[in-house]
Amino acid sequence: MTSDSQQKVLGTETEFGITVLNQPDFNPVAAASTLVNSYAGKRARIKWSFDEESPGRDARGFGFDLTPSFDMESGLVNVVLGNGARFYVDHAHPEYSSPESADPLEAALYDKAGEVVLARAVQAAQELLAEGQRFIIHKNNSDGKGNSYGAHENYLMSRALPFGMVVSHMTGFFATRQIFTGSGKVGAENGRPDVDFQITQRADFFEEEVGLETTLKRPIINTRDEPHADPSKYRRLHVIIGDANLSEVQTYLKLGATTAMLHAVEADVLPEALTIANPVDAVWKISHDPTLRTTIEMEDGRFMTALEAQWQYLEWVGKYINESDFSDTFLNVMTVWEEILADLEKDPALTADRLDWTAKQRLMEGYRARDDLGWDAPKLRLLDLQYHDVDPQRGLYNRLAAAGHIRRLFTDEQVATAVRKPPEGTRAYFRGECVTRFGDALVAANWDSLVFDIGEESLRRVPMMEPLRGGKDRVGELLDRVETPAELLQALGGNDD
Amino acid sequence: MTERERKETRSGESESTVAAEETTGSDQGEALTDRIDDILDEIDTVLEENAEEFVKNYVQKGGE
Repeated sequence: MTSDSQQKVLGTETEFGITVLNQPDFNPVAAASTLVNSYAGKRARIKWSFDEESPGRDARGFGFDLTPSFDMESGLVNVVLGNGARFYVDHAHPEYSSPESADPLEAALYDKAGEVVLARAVQAAQELLAEGQRFIIHKNNSDGKGNSYGAHENYLMSRALPFGMVVSHMTGFFATRQIFTGSGKVGAENGRPDVDFQITQRADFFEEEVGLETTLKRPIINTRDEPHADPSKYRRLHVIIGDANLSEVQTYLKLGATTAMLHAVEADVLPEALTIANPVDAVWKISHDPTLRTTIEMEDGRFMTALEAQWQYLEWVGKYINESDFSDTFLNVMTVWEEILADLEKDPALTADRLDWTAKQRLMEGYRARDDLGWDAPKLRLLDLQYHDVDPQRGLYNRLAAAGHIRRLFTDEQVATAVRKPPEGTRAYFRGECVTRFGDALVAANWDSLVFDIGEESLRRVPMMEPLRGGKDRVGELLDRVETPAELLQALGGNDD
Repeated sequence: MTERERKETRSGESESTVAAEETTGSDQGEALTDRIDDILDEIDTVLEENAEEFVKNYVQKGGE
């Protein structure tokens, strides 16, 4: 068993690409709304309450700096799922925010469950379309025409940690972890120099080192500070520099290595910060070189490859993890991290059974060789998109995984269960179980509260400010014992969790 | 295996473990490269028709 201090709550948010085949008047907002509503079906519509949200809060302590169009358009179509996730329309995309988990492997499972939610939503909404039309949902981050949408990671951190420590250590880590977080892309965007194939979908879009923005001038370190928890104890690190991954191993490694790194930063055990002289340039330069030979100039005048930097991080973080009392998951993350770096060093193609960018590259090289295609061939652009299709039959990742070309960590049954049931170790358990058991009485939900209407004069709000409370060990027996929401609220009494 | 045993194994045998994994990885890589051609035909059957048209029409709004 690990102590609470060695459990870091984390989760992912994914905006999916959406299109409808053969629909000339396609409107992405309408289509995304249709999709979410169809999935919700006749289930109770629970309002997502924005009361506690403040996306304009800045981790550097600048207070509020709201951009004008930040939320209300997304408040209209919202579903809280039985697994504790949020499924909604954000801007012009369907978005799945995974339930909070206290384990990177489990967080990867719930990220994968989001793909199944979208695939099922497509099936549910299909009957609303005219003949010949079809929803297509991609778990990707770019349309190849300069438009990007996010795959964000969230990590709950101690408020006591100075944010400057996060910036100094994590900037180099984020720039160099791209070699195992990228999903691959043909060509360059956003004015970056042309390239045949690059490691990530997102690198071209990062233009600042630190900042609050997520939609333009994207920063390597995002300062949105909205913990959805007791703000005197926690901050949330909102990581926007990552690709949506299809590979389960890759999602697991991305989340696991980053969580371990954050633990090491919090414990202040890293001997030095690897400070890159020009991090913004380093991000796209690393991404633009699938041979991994590009060297990056450090502030102290050294030159390092991304691989060398990652070996250094692994050595430091691995030492800390091995010498401390972490769960088996973290020991396994260190092993996977080491295996991936070793294979990338030997020949990146060796990782094509575990990483999206090398799997995609191998597929494209196969087509290039067979059909004699140049990198500008439309067919390669199509492969680039269709790799990410969440449809089990049409999605090329799904075909490669089904044929055994890509390793899986989870069975289809495990993923299906994760669509239905919440993680048991966090407040997502209480949220998800209440949606399933007492959905009719829930009028609003949020990350840190639930609001019940049990027919009394006023609504009853249950705050959940501690993400690690509300798990099965604390409320499982209670939920099994009560039969009505009124009984539940009575049993909870004045307790805040 | 307890956590402690696992840690001792890792620290004591890390070099030989890595060497063994590299060999496995390499064999696996070659086998996978051989088999990748087999799946291209399968993928041909599910690729969206008219790649050029599909790619041209694929425009997303920015998000986040």
